[in-house]
Amino acid sequence: MGSVASRSARALPLMLLLLLLQAERPRGAELTFELPDNAKQCFHEDVEQGVKFSLDYQVITGGHYDVDCYVEDPLGNTIYRETKKQYDSFTHQAEVKGVYQFCFSNEFSTFSHKTVYFDFQVGDEPPILPDMGNRVTALTQMESTCVTIHEALKTVIDSQTHYRLREAQDRARAEDLNSRVSYWSVGETIALFVVSFSQVLLLKSFFTEKRPVSRMVHS
Amino acid sequence: MVEDFIPPPGEGYCFILTFEYTLPYSEHPRRGKESAEQRLTSGVGARVAPPQRESARGLLGFVVRARVCSLAGPAQTASDSAGKVAGACGTRGVGPGAGPGQGWGRARAAGLLPLLLGQLLALTGGGGAFYLEVSELEEKCFIQEIPDGTVVIGNYKTELYDPAMEKYQPSPQWINLFVFVKDPENKNLLARQYGPRGSFTFTSQSPGEHQICLHLESIRFALFYDGKLAIHLDMQLGEHTNDYTELAANDKLTLLHLRIQQLVEQVEKIQKEQEYQRWREERFRQTSESTNQRVLWWFILQTFILVATGIWQMQHLKSFFKAKKLV
Repeated sequence: MGSVASRSARALPLMLLLLLLQAERPRGAELTFELPDNAKQCFHEDVEQGVKFSLDYQVITGGHYDVDCYVEDPLGNTIYRETKKQYDSFTHQAEVKGVYQFCFSNEFSTFSHKTVYFDFQVGDEPPILPDMGNRVTALTQMESTCVTIHEALKTVIDSQTHYRLREAQDRARAEDLNSRVSYWSVGETIALFVVSFSQVLLLKSFFTEKRPVSRMVHS
Repeated sequence: MVEDFIPPPGEGYCFILTFEYTLPYSEHPRRGKESAEQRLTSGVGARVAPPQRESARGLLGFVVRARVCSLAGPAQTASDSAGKVAGACGTRGVGPGAGPGQGWGRARAAGLLPLLLGQLLALTGGGGAFYLEVSELEEKCFIQEIPDGTVVIGNYKTELYDPAMEKYQPSPQWINLFVFVKDPENKNLLARQYGPRGSFTFTSQSPGEHQICLHLESIRFALFYDGKLAIHLDMQLGEHTNDYTELAANDKLTLLHLRIQQLVEQVEKIQKEQEYQRWREERFRQTSESTNQRVLWWFILQTFILVATGIWQMQHLKSFFKAKKLV
């Protein structure tokens, strides 16, 4: 137990440091949600002054794959508004501290509900150790290489996400096509039978009507 | 059975930490469980759930829920528990002291403490992530497309709008969050009720689109005015080992080591995503081939039906006209 106590004692100052850096902790969220037709969905985020935030969104399924989006600052001003966009990216530096609101609207559509993916990032990425921000010396070559690789890998992860979304979009369309082919085939077979039977019946009816007429003439 | 905690107002917070342990099969699970219960209950007042399931490698894993309180709260230190803990849910791994006769060896309290405070930050620090406004019983659903075996942790906090103060206040205890998680085959992965703040977690069994639905309900008192509620939500996929400080402190790694560790984790994440992508591409290809097949077969069938119907029509009409003595 003694070793435990000493270990927790050592970890404590680091933890307190982490607590102090709470204000600058970057937050990010990526979510996919369904937006029913004629609906609007808003998300709110508390942002400090001077912090840069970015919003990426993409429509995955539904209709013409477009959605309205607008972003409002705490004072109610619209800082970004786009209509019928399929995907977009927006960054902004927060001038006012407060609750920023970003909304997705599907109010222009009457019967297609959309699936929207968005990625909202606030702040910059923190250094891996809290005390790294106080470095006065330059990075060694190894470290700067590591930083370069890290940034490149982040780009790879980002493009993987976009690829995954595109693939989801295409797969949804392919599955939709698959089910549509089935329904249409069954429907067409039924229509074929109906049409051929009714053709025969109609022709038969042309030649059977004369009998009642001739009977009436005779009597 | 999970115990719901009630954070004392203004004081510290208590958490439920869930982590998994595996013991080698040679150590009898029951014996292992007994010793765990003895050790844990004497220390912290935790409860050990019975062995949950066997992992693929024949190790028996069971879930421990330990109630651990933060520094400002009641004076209880972290449990002395062996086993590797990473992230809020924990990875499966043989504990450092596991083995015959060692079972619950070294304590990892120092490892747990940063985790605790990480959770503390996640729950108190400005809500953690964005929030969305809901009314009572309004269901909000989110979709997560994840590979199998991914651990999803959702940290949430709910707040009730106070019209008198014109801002959101933390919810009272009688407002509960209902979480439903459905996997791609529409099977229920999670259907539980949680308190006004905390976290829910689940592991995906099959790859694909999982649907996570949340709604709030007041279980005791009715909301008299048209209460607006806010859910702060922060969902993490996979085990986020952002606690590099813990690694540095425990394994005595230099800064360069930490950077390389971060790169390694990123590469692993990319690798996992690529495997998932391969599965998805295969499914896409299956769908396309199925469409292709269907179109081909239906075309042949319909041509056949068309010809057959035409022949039947001709024969029927011919016999009809013959009967009518018109032909």
